[in-house]
Amino acid sequence: MNGRFRRARLDHASLFFTGLTGFSTVLILLILGVLVGFLFIQGGSQLSWRFITGGTDRDMFDPDKAGILPMIVGTAAKVALMTVFVIPVGVITAVYLTEYARSDSSLTRVIRGAVNNLAGVPSIVFGLFGVGFFISFVGGSMDRLIGGAEPVWGKPALLWASLTLAVMTLPVVIVATEEALRAIAPGLREASLALGATRLETIVRIVLPNALPGILTGAILAVGRAAGEVAVILFTGAAYFLRDLPGSLQDKFMDLGYHIYVLSTQSPNIEATRPILFGTVVVLLLLTCTLNLAAILVRARIRRQLRAAH
Amino acid sequence: MPSPPPPPDRADAWRGIRRGQRSRPLEWVVERLIFLVSLTAITMVFLIFLFVAREAAPIFLGRVNSAAVLERKAPLSLDELGRLSPEEVRRNLDLTAEEFQRMPPAWIRELALFRHEKHLEETRNADKDAGINTVAWRHLLLPHQWSDYDRPEFIWQPVSTIHKYNIVPLFIGSLKTTLVALLFAVPLALAAAIYVSQLANPRLKEWLKPAIEMLSAVPTVVLGAFALLVVASLLQQAFGLEYRLNALLAGLALGVASIPVVFSIAEDAITSVPRSYYQGALALGASKWRATWQIVVPAALPGLFAAVVLGFGRCLGETMIVLLASGNAAIVSASLVDPARTVTATIAAELGETVVGGHHYRMLFVLGTLLFAITFVSNLAGDLVMHRLKRRLEGAR
Repeated sequence: MNGRFRRARLDHASLFFTGLTGFSTVLILLILGVLVGFLFIQGGSQLSWRFITGGTDRDMFDPDKAGILPMIVGTAAKVALMTVFVIPVGVITAVYLTEYARSDSSLTRVIRGAVNNLAGVPSIVFGLFGVGFFISFVGGSMDRLIGGAEPVWGKPALLWASLTLAVMTLPVVIVATEEALRAIAPGLREASLALGATRLETIVRIVLPNALPGILTGAILAVGRAAGEVAVILFTGAAYFLRDLPGSLQDKFMDLGYHIYVLSTQSPNIEATRPILFGTVVVLLLLTCTLNLAAILVRARIRRQLRAAH
Repeated sequence: MPSPPPPPDRADAWRGIRRGQRSRPLEWVVERLIFLVSLTAITMVFLIFLFVAREAAPIFLGRVNSAAVLERKAPLSLDELGRLSPEEVRRNLDLTAEEFQRMPPAWIRELALFRHEKHLEETRNADKDAGINTVAWRHLLLPHQWSDYDRPEFIWQPVSTIHKYNIVPLFIGSLKTTLVALLFAVPLALAAAIYVSQLANPRLKEWLKPAIEMLSAVPTVVLGAFALLVVASLLQQAFGLEYRLNALLAGLALGVASIPVVFSIAEDAITSVPRSYYQGALALGASKWRATWQIVVPAALPGLFAAVVLGFGRCLGETMIVLLASGNAAIVSASLVDPARTVTATIAAELGETVVGGHHYRMLFVLGTLLFAITFVSNLAGDLVMHRLKRRLEGAR
């Protein structure tokens, strides 16, 4: 009798705490849903062909005339250039960590520690780093070499913003690529070696092609992270207003995230420019959410492959 | 019971094979290059610290003096003016020849008198503060009795002649918003992590985990703008707050941003607890919940701690949300519904207005260096705890 009573009470506790934790989960999803839903409903009406393909040349704060093409182009340029820098370095680091390094050596642990730490550096510190290293030091040195009176490289530019973002997203690419490399069946490598290929040949011809989905995930996640990043580019390349699209690496650029910041803080009439703001938010959200969704799908495929391989 | 030997390393598997191969110089070079490129991450962490600290170094080393130099030339007294020629008087009073011609002598006397007295009054106040080196450690950390205040105060006010650089209000602002964020995010994220990893049915789990992690797809500038334009007024009306933008609002938005971080790490920690712990508890008659709460969660506790520490680092370093939603007033107050100015928002808001190499510019790099140091330590601690936990649990498997 006593035993049955205890069981029953425990079950109540079970039910209660399962419910509580389940409720927390639902609450988080609700926050996400309300946030994204509200923004899409508010901003969806502003979306039009003219808004997306229009320039800011007429009036940046007039909802009937403003367009965000320069911001879309600027954001695309920023992430495209970043990808060019970050993918080779990230993939090569991951190859070293999984294919060459012994996992118990102290160097490997230091590299892993550095990668983890890089992932946790505040974005504004990356911004300061961009100013102190890329603009002042690298750019300044290049200017001294050229010897002109006007700074050519020692000022905020697309190149410096992309490089700083590449440093920031390096851990994302390394971690995703590493996961993909580990998911490749060891038998593939062994077969290649048994046929007389060298280690490097095996990596280039067998391992990397098979890890392509993982590298893609890393690239997608890095782009998703960088696309919405504002603190890094505040002082390394973003511009409040430009008449022209960026044409070279030395140009500054307009950016979707930075434009959202400008519209929320420096708008002459916050109520009137609200539609432009939410329209821009929707475009940026569409971009980052699609990228993250794609990464989740590719990653789910790799995980299945991983389970099959081991 | 001795733990089983760890599975052979993939690198070890290569090693035996490699010996039999003829050496190829080109491959040797490429492999060295791969090694060098893999050092990029270490180099970058080092460079970040070096170049952020480099700009801040003169202040850390006490080589900067920000004492205001009063360059205003003192307007002459009437007696002194009387000894000058009319042309010199005109130049001294900054008047054009035409203005000087049209002004009656009485007006000129009045003007000279007014300027002289105003100057005396200004210097009486300013002189007391002007000699102070405001970037000395004492003035960065301790309250100071400024001449136009009633009592010693912590003031961050890098404007006008005397730049006041007390960093205490900024760190209080950062800690306040971070505290609110963690109080909001940690219980939710940990509960969700427990639910998703242990209690939810496996098919649901496949969906829940990526769905919660989708929250990290929302850029922080979007969260900040949402808090500023939508939530701020709702929160103010709901609680009758005095200020629309405050630490509470910024903290809540920050909490939403840190939920996916805390959740992911906590979920990872709980999942790495061997399934045998859980099954053993069930076999002994524990309910699902009891096995989770009394066996699995205690085993993963260091990991949950790591999740909170890493969440703390993320909140402290977040910029755009606090820049948009915190109200940006550098005040020392314990109230969570007062506006707050954080370290990150200060750097973001002020770096654009500074002179490169000036003391204000260097002060912002000092803030950056401190921020980097704090997050470096908290990240290192979090990672170390997580690493140890996983090794221990793997050994026990």
